[in-house]
This record gives sequence, C-alpha cells and structure tokens, in this order.
Amino acid sequence: MKIVAALDTCEGLGMCEAMAPDFFEVGDDGVVEVLDDSPGEEHRTDLAAAVDACPVLALTLQG
Amino acid sequence: MSAEPSVTPPAGAAPATPVRRLVVVGASLAGLRAVEAARRAGYDGALTLVGAEEHLPYDRPPLSKAFLDVDGARGADTVMTFRTEEQLRDELGVDLRLGSPATGLDTDAREVLVGDERIPYDGLVIATGSVPRWLPGTDPADDGPVGGVTQLRTLDDARTVRTALEAGARLVVVGAGFIGSEVASAARKRGLPVTVVEALDLPLTRSIGPEVGAVCADLHRAAGTDLRLGVGVAGLETEPVAAGAEPAPGGAGRRVTGVRLDDGTVLPADLVVLGIGVRPATAWLEGSGVPLHEGDRGVVVDATLATGVPGVYAAGDVAHVANPLYDDEHHRLEHWTNAADHGGAAARHLLDPAAARPVETVPYFWSDWYDHRLQFVGTPRADEVRVVADDRASDGGFVALYRRADRVVGALVLDRPRDVMKLRRRIADRGPWDEAVEHVVTTPPRAKR
Ligand SMILES: Cc1cc2nc3c(=O)[nH]c(=O)nc-3n(C[C@H](O)[C@H](O)[C@H](O)COP(=O)(O)OP(=O)(O)OC[C@H]3O[C@@H](n4cnc5c(N)ncnc54)[C@H](O)[C@@H]3O)c2cc1C
Ligand code: SF4
Repeated sequence: MKIVAALDTCEGLGMCEAMAPDFFEVGDDGVVEVLDDSPGEEHRTDLAAAVDACPVLALTLQG
Repeated sequence: MSAEPSVTPPAGAAPATPVRRLVVVGASLAGLRAVEAARRAGYDGALTLVGAEEHLPYDRPPLSKAFLDVDGARGADTVMTFRTEEQLRDELGVDLRLGSPATGLDTDAREVLVGDERIPYDGLVIATGSVPRWLPGTDPADDGPVGGVTQLRTLDDARTVRTALEAGARLVVVGAGFIGSEVASAARKRGLPVTVVEALDLPLTRSIGPEVGAVCADLHRAAGTDLRLGVGVAGLETEPVAAGAEPAPGGAGRRVTGVRLDDGTVLPADLVVLGIGVRPATAWLEGSGVPLHEGDRGVVVDATLATGVPGVYAAGDVAHVANPLYDDEHHRLEHWTNAADHGGAAARHLLDPAAARPVETVPYFWSDWYDHRLQFVGTPRADEVRVVADDRASDGGFVALYRRADRVVGALVLDRPRDVMKLRRRIADRGPWDEAVEHVVTTPPRAKR
C-alpha cells in the first residue's frame, strides 16, 4: 500500500494528521508531509479515514 | 480508494426492524457522507437522496476562496463536485432526487413529503444544512431580488459575486464574519475598493471572542479594507435598471447603488454581500414532531445524532449536537469537518443503533483572509482566552488558547499551520492548560515566508 499526496492540491488543513498522526504532518509551509509513504496493511483503516477526511481530496491510497 | 473491511455486526446488536428504506434529505456534504457510509457499512437496501438544489453535491468552502480568484485553473467556473452522477447512481445505487426540496415530514406514517409525492422511509437522515439570513427589506421572497445584493451560500450565489467582481464592483460586505471577510479578501486581491460594515464593536466576538476579534480587525485594515465597526445598516439605496440595459447580476428590475448606515453615511456600492449569519433549514420540519431548538429551530439530537423520533437522525449544519467532550453541551457547528464526520456517523448509527457510540467532536474550521490562514480548534466558550504567542510583526503568526478550569479547550492559530493538529490532540485528550501553553511558547514560529 502506498500513500500518494497531491501536494499542489493540499491546503494544509491537517485533517489527515488528526486521523493518522504517525503518517502525516503539516509543515511550516502549510503543506502535508507524508512521514512514511509505504505503511503496513494493519494501518489501512486509519489511513482510509485520513484519506476520507481530507477536505480537498488530496490523498489517495494505492494498492 | 479501497473499501474498509466489511462490518460484522456484534451478536444481538441487529436493530429490531432492519432498515430497508433509507432516505437522506439534503444533498450536500453531510448527506453525501451519509449515503457513502451506509453503503460502506454493507447496507444494500433502497437509498434515496433528496436535494433542493439542481446540482450534484458540491464543496462550499472554495466558493468564497479559490472560486473568486482572478483567473487560472483554480478560478475557472468549475463545480467542485465530490462524485459524478454515474458514481452516485451506479456505484452507490442512490436514487437521486435533485431540484426537489422536501416540504414536510410525517413521522407517524414515516414518509418524507416532496410536494405531492410521499417517500416512505424506515430510516431518515436530516442533512438540510443552513440558509443565510437576509437583512430586513432585502429578502427576494418579499420584494423580488435587487441586482447586486446577494449572500454567499450556493454555487449560483458565488457566480453572482464573481461576475460582479470581474466587472470591477465597489464592494460593501455587511457582517464581518468568516464568509464576508473571505469575499472582502478576494475583492482586495483584485484591487477593488471594499468596505466591511459590522454592527458589533469587534468582528467575530461570538465565534472566537473579542481578543481574537481585534486581531481579525487588524487583518482587514492592513489589507486596505475600510472596516466600519459598531454601526448598523439602515437600508439600501437602489435605482431602477433602465429598459434594455444589462440586468445587474442577481437581480432584474432594481439594482443597488449604496448602503445607508445608521449614522446617515451612504457607502456607494455595486455589489453588496450579506454575511450576517445563517439559520438551520428546518421550515419543512415544523410540526413534524422532530425536536427543534427553541432559539434557532435547528434539530436537537443526542450525542449519537438521534432525534428521539424512531429512525430519524440529523447531521451537519442543521443539528444541535450534545458533545461529551464539553460536558454534553449542545453545539450547532457550521464547519466542514463536522458535517463530513457526522453525516457518516448518523447513517452508521441509524443502521445499527446498538453499536452507536457518542461522537466526541473537536470542532475545527479554517478561513483564508488576505494572505493569512486562520484556524480554530475546540470551543470558544471558555473561562479565559490568553494570547500565548504574537509574532505578527515578523510575519510569524499568532496563537490564542482557551481555558476552562485547568483544561485547554480551544485554540486559535494564525499562520502557524504546523501547530494546529498538535493543539487539537491536546484538546481532544482533555489536556492540561499549562502544558498547552508551554507547547506554544517553546515552539518557534514558522520561518519568515
Ligand atoms: C461560502 C462558504 C465558505 C465556507 N468556508 C468554510 C471553511 O473555510 N471552513 C469550514 O470549516 N467550513 C466552511 N463553510 C461551511 C461548510 O461549507 C458547511 O459547514 C457545510 O457545507 C455544511 O454541510 P451540510 O451538508 O450540513 O449543509 P449544507 O452544505 O448547507 O447543505 C444542505 C443542503 O440541503 C439542501 N436543502 C435545504 N433544505 C432542503 C429541503 N427542504 N429539501 C431538500 N434539500 C434541502 C440545501 O439546498 C443544501 O444543498 C463554508 C460555507 C460557505 C457557504
Ligand atoms: S487533510 Fe488534505 S489538505 Fe489537509 S493536510 Fe492533509 S492532505 Fe493536505
């Protein structure tokens, strides 16, 4: 599974970080940083919640 | 995106009468999330989505932001829809009823009334959101629309505003709230003259408190917006549109030429945007037995989003929700994340009430003013509001924290995006005040842009 963040779409609103702080962090530039872009399968539920929570649909999970 | 693992209901938790006809009224964010969550939870019965607007569910926050920008891809006249009609109909199996407002609810017969039609339900999610208020004498329902006078709630409203900005309108915003302030920002970006009129002595006193209202007032002034505080609007100055002339955006026979204030001043205007607040869209529920708030007539629900009327739940801007995070105080929030979260939760709880858990919400919203971002998490109802960092002079932002007893309950952050979710976590964990203050004080402001 791979996390893909569209950085030109991301508005830095941080909902992904609220849902899955181990994988996302908003930086000083107001854009998300993906902390670990190839997470284990056991995190799928949390990551799906993070993807869904993004108000601008900047995140996708592949695989 | 991949589906969540299928949900196996705990033994004995099946609802007494399984829902086979789920109706969602209100086809915007909360309603959309409700239908998505129902299918994700494995619900395979009939699913009807009833919406007043002609449009597919679309995203509102950009309407006062990117949609009003000068040009380029982001300012293009694109409808920011979440899903295509095919996805809704074919993939989610939704019976879409757009452009057809619900007109009543019969909770005995369990039917939603749409004009002459009756749509039977055994589960209902109310997600009709809110509608802006008009100033006395400006409601098109009473006097017909006045050209150049609008609110900003719908895509159609946003088109009206953008058209006027493109024509170089002199803008007067009535009400220094979030949406009005964002419109002011968009107009200043275009170099247009903007006046914001606010009846209170400071903006946003009710939603974030006076300390922070003063900061917001500074943002307006620094951007060259003429901010008039503590003065009300007495009326509009209008003129008839000459026969054969191009009608003003948003109206036909008359158009606005100015805004008359209580103190007698007349502000010349080609575009007047009213941002004086919203009320829940519940006229269709009057007399139905669904509990409505005595103040603003919003739907009152418990912490699982249930109304107490069998099978009926509510979510989003329309609902007053008991929030266990704040001692079960009821909050009616007008925030994107709240509508998104609660829309899904309402559908899940409705389908499986035995598994319903109280939703603990940390309210969160953001707003873009000029080149600044404001973010608020938590509640402004507090014993103390303290400015714990103010680096605005060096473009390093601002943080205010909100305290109840020895807990941190809220945070307002200007231009420090990195801190917001860290503070949110402390608030969600009912974290101690001292540590939250310490966190902010010891975190350097962001590097200068
Ligand atoms: C211009 C603008 C900018 C915003 N910016 C931000 C922001 O930056 N951050 C933030 O957190 N929030 C923002 N918001 C608020 C956010 O968009 C709302 O909280 C969210 O849209 C609420 O979703 P909802 O589904 O509850 O209600 P709504 O989006 O109001 O949708 C309700 C829907 O129900 C329909 N309806 C009403 N009555 C009936 C009826 N009788 N029958 C059928 N359908 C009916 C309406 O037509 C509407 O489509 C903004 C809102 C606006 C208008
Ligand atoms: S939720 Fe979306 S917009 Fe917000 S930081 Fe994450 S990716 Fe960016």
